[in-house]
Amino acid sequence: MKTRYLSQKIGFSLLFLSIVATLFFLGTIIYFVAVRGAGIISWEFLTSVPREAMTSGGVAPAIVGTLWLTLGSIMIAFPLGLACAIYLCEYSPKNYIVNIIRISINNLAGVPSIVFGLFGLAVFVKFLNFGVSIISGCLTLGIMVLPSIISASQEALMAVPQSYREASFALGATQWQTIKKAVLPSSMPGILTGVILSIGRVAGETAPILFTAGTFYMRGYPKSIFSECMALPYHIYALMTEGVHPQQQKEIAYGCALILLFLVLSISMVAIIIRQKQRSSAQLR
Amino acid sequence: MKYKKELFYRLIFNILAFASLFFLIGITIILFKEGLPIFKQLPFFKFVTGEYWYPTYDPPDFGILPLILGSIWVTLGALFICVPLGVGSALFLNELATNRQRSILKPLIEILAGIPSIVYGFFGMVIVAPFLQKIFNLPVGLTAFTGSLILGIMATPTVCSIAEDALSFVPKTFREASYAVGANRWQTLTKVVIPAGGSGISTAIILGMSRAIGETMTVLMVCGGAAVIPSSIFQPVRTLTATIAAEMGEAVMGDSHYHALFAIGLVLFMITLVFNIIAEIISRRFRIKLGLGR
Repeated sequence: MKTRYLSQKIGFSLLFLSIVATLFFLGTIIYFVAVRGAGIISWEFLTSVPREAMTSGGVAPAIVGTLWLTLGSIMIAFPLGLACAIYLCEYSPKNYIVNIIRISINNLAGVPSIVFGLFGLAVFVKFLNFGVSIISGCLTLGIMVLPSIISASQEALMAVPQSYREASFALGATQWQTIKKAVLPSSMPGILTGVILSIGRVAGETAPILFTAGTFYMRGYPKSIFSECMALPYHIYALMTEGVHPQQQKEIAYGCALILLFLVLSISMVAIIIRQKQRSSAQLR
Repeated sequence: MKYKKELFYRLIFNILAFASLFFLIGITIILFKEGLPIFKQLPFFKFVTGEYWYPTYDPPDFGILPLILGSIWVTLGALFICVPLGVGSALFLNELATNRQRSILKPLIEILAGIPSIVYGFFGMVIVAPFLQKIFNLPVGLTAFTGSLILGIMATPTVCSIAEDALSFVPKTFREASYAVGANRWQTLTKVVIPAGGSGISTAIILGMSRAIGETMTVLMVCGGAAVIPSSIFQPVRTLTATIAAEMGEAVMGDSHYHALFAIGLVLFMITLVFNIIAEIISRRFRIKLGLGR
């Protein structure tokens, strides 16, 4: 009787320790980046261009570049992904082919991002001759998140009770009217969560833009979608591995890391709040 | 009129769906098209088991065994950290946390799962590597061990989140039945909940592993980048992903180095494909076992 109680005590303490350790490690990372990065952040850092071979000035072109790449890739991936999910859930016949398609999409979501970078290099940069440019980067990142957007949207669509659709059909609505008026509104929070989480992922992704969009140093802002651009994550990497003033560059990298962390974490927080809200309202129903 | 409109929408969705599928098939085709030419020069078997990676020498050596081993070492090391921490945290959230704690911690961990890998790489480079170099008295701080440590911490929230989802599918009746025969909470956890949720937990581990092996920026920055077969975990290594990222910039399109890097991409693609298929099979069995057929 005693050992039974003891093993429970030890076991539960270990579980408690593991979550404390997890939160501690993650907290440490955020703490270091926040404390060391906060010193360098200023209005000038956020709004001016880099100067004196990256040792002073700001990182505005990198922030702008990240926004361009993120918005562009979501504008490509969201319509395609949602349409694909709607097709697979609502229109396509339910057979093994659709099942295979679903499994392949799940698999593609797990393919390393650097492999998508290779694809972007071969197709957009070289074959379509867009060069290293914003458009190549957007297309590469868009295709990278396409599988996750499709799966998230599919999950959300499948969670809509079949009775909603039946009720709508029973009122004489057509398939499209049913999708537009019954299925999409009730699955929207789920779809949005998936999309916003993808936005966060795209904003922080580095590997796919290494050879499709990123450049280390720019004095100004990108002129068109066919020019290369700076991006926060790539800039951190470049500051840490290239250049000749490691000490000053490290300081700037801290600043970039803090901006990026803030950007990505607040984006995913929005997504998760939307989902929590939806879950609690679903429980009330 | 109504009918025509229906057909129109149906057509639109058909086209968009097949456009995205086309892209996704395209990536597979491109990998094969650009990667396979290297195997005309040297057989696949030699490529995978060759011990030397000197792509810019004359004649070049394209053996990716050191890179494969680098990836395996770093990933295995990461598993030692992310499995206990991730699964332990998931069990805590599922079993011990009060509803209130759970409703805060679970979203928190999911948000932390979104920290970009470049931030981990940066943190590893400026804080962890110098620290480890000092306490272990190493010549360099950027080693396989550092990489494992950072990757492990990075994969923990992912593993935790997926494992917790799986555990929450274990029906309440399983627990109630266990309590009813006199088991305490720990016994219920180890003898009922973990076996029932076991395949869900293994799915989480495999997906975490798949994430670790495909991770690029972190390992590129903290593993040191020496493409030699590692003899201890405190040596610099270079992984498959880091090699592509580091060398693609200087490879000339169409030469054998370029094709070799695509072939590495192909190998990575295959590895993650196998992991994902295993995860898919296990999670399907899991759903059937718990009567959640879908």
